[in-house]
Amino acid sequence: MTQNVDEIFKQICSLIEPFNTKKVTLSRDTIFSVDLELDSLTVMDLLAEIEDEFDITVPLNLLPDLETVGQFTDAVQKLLAEESLDE
Amino acid sequence: MTLDLFEKFDPILNDYNGLPEGEANPFTVSMEKVLSPTTAIINGRETILAGTNNYMGMTFNAECMAAAQEALTSLGTGTTGSRVLNGTYDGHKQLEECLKKFYDTDYAIVFSTGYQANLGVIATLAGPKDYVVIDADSHASIYDGCALGNATIVRFKHNDPENLDKRLARIRRNDPEAGILVVLEGVYSMLGDQAPLKELTETSKKHHAHVLVDEAHSIGVFGETGRGVAQEQGVEDQVDFIVGTFSKSVGTIGGYCVSNHPKFEALRLVCRPYMFTASLPPSVVASATKALELIASTNLRSKLLSNSMKLNNGLDQAGFKMGTTGESPIAAIIVADQNTAIAFWGEMIREGVYVNLALPPATPNGLNLMRCSLSAAHTLEQIEFMLEKFTLVGEKLGLLQNVSETALA
Ligand SMILES: Cc1ncc(COP(=O)(O)O)c(C=O)c1O
Repeated sequence: MTQNVDEIFKQICSLIEPFNTKKVTLSRDTIFSVDLELDSLTVMDLLAEIEDEFDITVPLNLLPDLETVGQFTDAVQKLLAEESLDE
Repeated sequence: MTLDLFEKFDPILNDYNGLPEGEANPFTVSMEKVLSPTTAIINGRETILAGTNNYMGMTFNAECMAAAQEALTSLGTGTTGSRVLNGTYDGHKQLEECLKKFYDTDYAIVFSTGYQANLGVIATLAGPKDYVVIDADSHASIYDGCALGNATIVRFKHNDPENLDKRLARIRRNDPEAGILVVLEGVYSMLGDQAPLKELTETSKKHHAHVLVDEAHSIGVFGETGRGVAQEQGVEDQVDFIVGTFSKSVGTIGGYCVSNHPKFEALRLVCRPYMFTASLPPSVVASATKALELIASTNLRSKLLSNSMKLNNGLDQAGFKMGTTGESPIAAIIVADQNTAIAFWGEMIREGVYVNLALPPATPNGLNLMRCSLSAAHTLEQIEFMLEKFTLVGEKLGLLQNVSETALA
C-alpha cells in the first residue's frame, strides 16, 4: 500500500474540518495550536481519528513534533510506509 | 536578547489576572481552621466542605488519630530518608503487609504519594520496546508516568472496549512480542463513571496485555470489602496491578501498588520515584494502616452512596444540568461557560459551601464543572444545606432549567 502525500494531506484536511470552527483555509503550514486554536486534548482527539482513518498507530510520543498539518501528513506517510515494509 | 523563561506563561497569567478578587478567587482560598472532615472556617465563616474526596471521613477518625499520635511521639516527625536508604521502618513494612491482606495479593509497595505510584509503576514497567495504552480521560499522574518513561504511548477512547481492541490489534500486527501495559481507572474522578472492566480486561487479555487499574477514587467506596471497582465487577483475577492512594478514603497521604506478579519486588530496585524521594513519616504510616483496617471491617459505603444519591437527585430536581447520576460519590453540575462557573464557585463559598471548580483540561470533553465529592461523614442536614445554597445561587445565575409547573407553583 503506497499513498502519495497529496492524497494523505487531503484526507487529513477532511478529518480536520469538524475541528476547524473558524473555517481557516488549511495548508501544510497551518499550526494546530495557533491557527486553529486547538488545545492539546483536541489535537489528541484528532490524532485518534487519523489513526482510525489510516489504520495505523500514531504514538502520543510524536505529538511534540507535530505542530502543523504538513508535519502530521509526513508522519502519517512515514508510518504507512513502515507498515507496508513490515508486510 | 535572552528570553524570559516565564514568558510562556503569559497567556495563563492573563487568564488568572482576570479572575475575581478577594474571597471569590478560587486560587487564594485557605482554611483558617478545620473543624471536622466536613466543616472548616473559611473567610471567618463556618463552611461545609463539599469537595474533599474524604469519602470515609477518615481524617478525624479517633483511632487513626491515636495511632498517628502514638507513632509521632515514639518515632518522630519524619524518616529523613528514602525507602532504600534509612527510610524503611517496621511501620512501612506493616503497612505493606496490611495492603497485601486488604487486597489478598502476594506483593505490595508503598510510595510517598499516589501520583508517584503512577509515575513509578508506569514509567518503570514499560521500557523502550514496550507500549502503554491509556484511556483518553486518564488522570494527570498517568499521562505524566507515560511522559517520564521511554515506552510508546497509545491512547484509546474513554471507556470504549472496541476502540481499545482496534489499537491493541494494530500494535500486535506490527509487534507480536511487545510488552503492553493497559492503564485504566476504576472510577473517573470528574464524572464518577466506572470503567467497564469486564470488557476492557477481556479485550486486553485477548491481546496478551497487562492491565493496571488505578483505584484512587474507588478504594473503600466499591466492592464487597472496599477493594474497589475490580472487586465490585468481579474481575480482580484479570487485573495485574492495582494502584491507589491514601489521600482520599484513607484520609492521609501516600500511594501504593499491589500485584501478584512473582517478580514484583524488583520495582524496589529500579523504580526511581520509589527510590529517590523520602518515605512517608511514621504518623502517616500509622494512620494509613489503621484506616485500612477500619475500611475492611466497617461498611460506610452504603451511607456514602446514599448521601451522593440524595445530593445528585436534589440537584437534578432543582433543574441543574448534571454530569453525574449518583452511582458514585461524585455530584457534578455542568456549567455552560467558564466565567459563569467561576462566578458560581464564588457565590457558593460566600454562602458557606466549598465545592471544586473543575475546568478543562482537568475535565473531560471541555466541561466546566461544579464538582462535589460526598463523604460518609456528611449529615443529612449538611446535604440539605448544600442543596438550598446550590438552588439559591443557581436561581440567581439563571442556571435552573426544566423547572416543572408544580415546582413553580
Ligand atoms: C485517578 C487518580 N490517580 C492518582 C491520584 C494521585 O493521588 P495522590 O493524591 O496520592 O498523589 C489521584 C488524585 O488526585 C487520582 O485522582
